[in-house]
Amino acid sequence: MTSNWPLFVTLRIVRLAFLLAAVAVVAFMLAKMSPVDPVQAYLGPAIAKVGPEQQDLIAQKWGLDQPPLTQFGKWLGNVAQGDLGMSMTYNEPVVDVLAKRVRASLPLMAMAWLLSGLLGFALGVTAGAMADTWVDRIIRTYAYVLASTPTFWLAIVLLVVFSVGLAWTPVCCAAPIGVLPEDVTVLERLHHLILPLIALTVLGVAQITLHTRAKMIEIMQSDFALYARAQGASLADVAIRHGARNTALPAITVLFASLGELFGGSVLAEQVFAYPGLGRAAVQAGVSGDVPLLLAVALCLTVFVSVGNTIADILYHVVDPRIGATHDMEIRP
Amino acid sequence: MTEAVETTSRASSRLRINKRMLTLAATGIGAAGIACVVAGAIVFGDFGIATDFSARLAPPSWAHWFGTDQFGHDMFARTVHGLNVSLWVGLIAATLSAFIALGLSIFATTCGQWADRLVSFLVDATMGLPHLVLLILISFALGGGTHAVIVAVAVTHWPRLTRVLRAEILQLRNADFIIVSRQLGKSWWYVGRHHFLPHLMPQMLVGLVLLFPHAILHEAGLTFIGFGLEPTKPAIGVLLADSMRYLTAGKWWLGLYPGVSLLLLVLCFDAIGNGLRLLLDPRQAQL
Repeated sequence: MTSNWPLFVTLRIVRLAFLLAAVAVVAFMLAKMSPVDPVQAYLGPAIAKVGPEQQDLIAQKWGLDQPPLTQFGKWLGNVAQGDLGMSMTYNEPVVDVLAKRVRASLPLMAMAWLLSGLLGFALGVTAGAMADTWVDRIIRTYAYVLASTPTFWLAIVLLVVFSVGLAWTPVCCAAPIGVLPEDVTVLERLHHLILPLIALTVLGVAQITLHTRAKMIEIMQSDFALYARAQGASLADVAIRHGARNTALPAITVLFASLGELFGGSVLAEQVFAYPGLGRAAVQAGVSGDVPLLLAVALCLTVFVSVGNTIADILYHVVDPRIGATHDMEIRP
Repeated sequence: MTEAVETTSRASSRLRINKRMLTLAATGIGAAGIACVVAGAIVFGDFGIATDFSARLAPPSWAHWFGTDQFGHDMFARTVHGLNVSLWVGLIAATLSAFIALGLSIFATTCGQWADRLVSFLVDATMGLPHLVLLILISFALGGGTHAVIVAVAVTHWPRLTRVLRAEILQLRNADFIIVSRQLGKSWWYVGRHHFLPHLMPQMLVGLVLLFPHAILHEAGLTFIGFGLEPTKPAIGVLLADSMRYLTAGKWWLGLYPGVSLLLLVLCFDAIGNGLRLLLDPRQAQL
């Protein structure tokens, strides 16, 4: 079994490459299908002042007059060389826009990811150890209700309560308005980060909690947990020494697999708090027909989420050696 | 030791019966809630569409339960209309999605190894992209609007159900009674109709109902960021997006109530889906 590991990981990586290629083709096709004309979207109201010849010139400059297949070939070639094109909305190379946006989004997403993981795990272990008590019932209800809550609405409620009602937190953006980016202090950044962070964390908790709880109950009913109890170990002892240790890896697996949802949540939360992150860039790109940026964001996120899924998949096999490393790839339940 | 085991098993059996009744009650309440939304939308009719500038941005009161918006629309009526829109969009999208899942799972299990691999790859590819980005891309490709949302939600929500149905069909195909039925000379068509269908229908139904919450939440999110339903429709996403401009002015009711209502609608569907799953599963019925 162990000799199959390098093969397994290699196959996973090959699969990831195929996936990226497929996503690139589909995303490009979808973008080309759109009835939104990039030239018109770029010009906006100024279209009245620009004659059809000039519009054709712009289209020619962007290579839009060529057949889609040629465009795709060119785009793919450029992407392979690390050139993602020019963003029309921001009038900057897409790579620069992405870099800036990722820098704003990364602290938010990373912190939300970690916090929701830790909090969810703690809640799940507690609920699982005290299954069918009122503590468990409260935690379970909280998780179920949160799992059904629209992300953006929770963000709105937080905004209304803490920014408008109590005026504890700023209403928008990643930094105070009118302050140069280099003058913004870390404290100010954190101050602007806190509400989006809470919104994302509170929502991310639900999944981890429910998974950890289910796993925890299973472990608390197992023979070794019963034996430990019979030897006089307290519930907390068993829960931490045996329960938490055994549920940690499954919880981490779920955490890695939830990256996609985390990003979905961050798009909505960033929209509510006007936080200039990657999610808002994706929305902007879609609204203004900025195809290069939209495609770049889609690809960038596919890499991000797929790597997360692949890690989850590999961890899944590490956790449960009964799942064969090679057989499973063909026949998955 | 024996005694302890016995008491716990008795206690849990009594608990299960209670649970079953509770589940039935929760399912009933969920169904009633959804019926109320549909009935409410019919009863309200055009009410809430007329503008009344004498009652602009009024806070919640007995006359306007959820307050009024900037045009003096009654927010309660608009919220009910919005929920109704969400309901229909969710129904169409989730049904389409469930049928895609059924079709793909049958294709994967009957057309050989390569078909199975293809479907498995499609599932992975769809799940590899964040839902919302795929939704934005599809909606962008179709130019937005109601049909774009329905298509976008329908083509992104099938992977999970496909996996469930595929596993179920694979398991059924090797079940003894299917093999016996085949050896007795029944055709695949007969076996499919009399043995597969009764087993797959509950799975389909539960899968369909459990797809609803996702479909509705994604529809609302997509509409909220401006890629979904037309801004003229009283959808929940539109109401909340509109409310953003007035929240900083302290008009909290514009943001609070439509969201709470959406949450309740989703919980209704969750209750029905989980209820059906427990009630239709014969293994749960014996406990």
